Amino acid sequence: MTADHHTPLLSVEALSVHYATDGGETCAVRDVSFRIEPGETVAIVGESGSGKSQSMIAAMGLLPHNGRATGRIAFRGDDLLRLNPQALRTLRGAEISMIFQEPMTSLDPLYRIGEQIMEPILRHRRVGRRAARARALEMLRQVHMPDPERQMRAYPHELSGGQRQRVMIAMALANNPSLLIADEPTTALDVTIQAEIIALIAELQRKNGMGVIFITHDLGLVRHIADRVYVMHRGEVVETGTVGAIFERPQHPYTRALLDAAPRGRKIPVAADAEPLLTARGLRVSFSTGRRRIEVLHGLDLTVRQGETLGIVGESGSGKSTLARAILRLVDAEGEISFEGQRLDGLSPRALRPFRSRIQVVFQDPFGALSPHMTAGQIVTEGLRVHRPAQSARDRDEQAVLALREVGLPPETRHRYIHEFSGGQRQRIAIARALILKPRLLILDEPTSALDRMVQKQVIDLLRDLQQRHGMSYVFVSHDLAAVRAVADRVLVMKDGTLVEEGPVDQVLSAPDAAYTRALIAAAFMDVA
Amino acid sequence: MLRYAFWRMMTAVPTLFVVVTLSFFMIRIAPGGPFDQERALDPVIRANLERTYHLDLPLVQQYGIYLKNLLHGDLGPSFTMPEFSVAELLHAGLPVSIRIGGLALLLALILGGAMGVIAALYRDGWADRAVVGFATAGSTIPTFVVAPLFQLVFALGLNWLPVGGWNDGAFHNLIGPVICLMLPQLAVVARLMRSSMIEALHTHHIRTARAMGLSEAAVVGRHALRSALLPVVSYAGPAAAALMTGSVVVETVFSIPGIGRYFVDAALNRDYTVVMGAVVVLAVFTILFNLIVDIAYTLVDPRVRYD
Repeated sequence: MTADHHTPLLSVEALSVHYATDGGETCAVRDVSFRIEPGETVAIVGESGSGKSQSMIAAMGLLPHNGRATGRIAFRGDDLLRLNPQALRTLRGAEISMIFQEPMTSLDPLYRIGEQIMEPILRHRRVGRRAARARALEMLRQVHMPDPERQMRAYPHELSGGQRQRVMIAMALANNPSLLIADEPTTALDVTIQAEIIALIAELQRKNGMGVIFITHDLGLVRHIADRVYVMHRGEVVETGTVGAIFERPQHPYTRALLDAAPRGRKIPVAADAEPLLTARGLRVSFSTGRRRIEVLHGLDLTVRQGETLGIVGESGSGKSTLARAILRLVDAEGEISFEGQRLDGLSPRALRPFRSRIQVVFQDPFGALSPHMTAGQIVTEGLRVHRPAQSARDRDEQAVLALREVGLPPETRHRYIHEFSGGQRQRIAIARALILKPRLLILDEPTSALDRMVQKQVIDLLRDLQQRHGMSYVFVSHDLAAVRAVADRVLVMKDGTLVEEGPVDQVLSAPDAAYTRALIAAAFMDVA
Repeated sequence: MLRYAFWRMMTAVPTLFVVVTLSFFMIRIAPGGPFDQERALDPVIRANLERTYHLDLPLVQQYGIYLKNLLHGDLGPSFTMPEFSVAELLHAGLPVSIRIGGLALLLALILGGAMGVIAALYRDGWADRAVVGFATAGSTIPTFVVAPLFQLVFALGLNWLPVGGWNDGAFHNLIGPVICLMLPQLAVVARLMRSSMIEALHTHHIRTARAMGLSEAAVVGRHALRSALLPVVSYAGPAAAALMTGSVVVETVFSIPGIGRYFVDAALNRDYTVVMGAVVVLAVFTILFNLIVDIAYTLVDPRVRYD
């Protein structure tokens, strides 16, 4: 910084963040510098583990007790790292606010919404409860909360994820901060709600003239909202520049890889005369809560042909995962399901077992779906132990090696436990586990949603490749339209448990009939301008 | 809420019935009877006694008589202390046990809660180590070791407190038994509170509260503590039932006329009616305190609603 009288809103100089762990000190952020001017929007981009959140958490003084930050973080000239805790608390929630990635858990479940918005107001302003309540209500109106008077009295669990994130924004902006740090504020939300939240932040930014730091892995978002971009990789800033410069002339190889990470290419179309593999007619699923029965799937038909990929898209609550589970008979459904010409509905769990090896599944959460007490080899071969109990251990081990090799993992990984693998590697293990039984149909329930963009692309390439090699059919459930476009032959758009639209993937995604599909596409592809 | 409480009371009746029935037959299956002594009783006297207490009737008939009397609130006479009825024993001893047990639990919750919170806030510091050490000691050293030691030091050694006795519940006489009864509970509560507080301090909404600049007192007191209390509340219910129905060791060591002693003596002497009285009291207390816990839960946690 030159010695002129101009002071940036926030300037971070040579920030490093270290964590004390049992195995010594690890470095999460290394020698990072950036700044933001009043009213400016800056994006910090990177994948998980790049240190992008850590640097801002350090600036807020919110590092866990084994974390340590060095360097300088100057807010209007005051070094936040050297402020006493009391002084820092008077800035937090007043001058600098932060909203987080996890709207579902970021509010205290035990207090009413109104109460929680009032807290920072009462803390930082000399006002009474009545004035604080009025301000809280006004904030709920500003974030376009439907029926704000009633929601003041609601508890967090009574609100949807999008509504909770609106409450977080209302809390964060209640004291008109001059800097808002938004840490992946929309990642956990549906695409159409994502777009609304982003628009809301932009609107409030214009109104209040605050600076906004967006921490995100979503480049589409960055292109739309940011003035300047910092790209972080392994704890360091590898590139910085205006949005135009970063997108037009990326310099660092990592930036280029990141920009290139959107799923690309198309599936080789299935032959026109392919035989149907799976058909379902009139699938209905309902759950009972107390005395009421709620139908979540209202009579759906679908057909998957040999070698075909059927994409199923929709937002959360649309019933797409329930549909996948109904096909797997993991939930009870009414209606007909035929596989390879045989009726599956009505079969007892025992009679169903032979089919289970031919219909396999990969779930969204590679962290929760694999047992931490088993090695990768044991996980991959578990299906063999169930379906081919006569097989020798040696045979099984050979097949494990083959299956792991097919998903791009070296054979020696079969002796390792799950916590030693990254998210992408875990999803490969989950795919290998499904693959080893040589299924004809693979149900993929949001297989890429929990992964970083670059890893998503690799997993999609892998899935397409495996399909080519083995001629399997896929049911690919996802809210990610870019991923669906890259893998599917046909696509089925769902909303509230019913079919909105169905057709070849290119037709549905480029010339949709239904208004809902158009809204979904507009929100999802705002990056692919 | 009232409807829920009423409904829970109603479901308590079949629960009680099952408990009473099972206990009635189980104690009868156990070998021996109330009039078996080292020296065999004169057969005529024995027959007389058995007739008086209906022990000569078939078991099912005895069960019917017991249930009928129970419905009228009559718990029967004690077999081994014929001058007392079970109701009289309970009437004399239960208030004593409730008083000592209640005080012990209250102190354990307050002190243990405070210790747990402090340990969690200064995790890995000296206070935390002290609490964890104390909690381990408190739950491993048995009361029959602690109670005599307490008497040795504070009564016989320092002469501050009486060795034992009830003395109509005078303050000095309460101190020893209450502390000895409290210590193991204190250890459990402190450890429970510490772990749930540590967990609560790591939740996302605590991070939010900090990010909003709330004072440490508000973060800990208003937000973390309330979440952290839930497991302790769950523990307090069964603990209250167990503590208030008396402790054999504490009552014996400090010669206190509570009901814990009667219950153990009764089980050993096959004093059927007293055993059944103990079962009924313990079952009623357990049901009652669990109901109180569930209602307390709804007051602390809005996500739990019984309708």
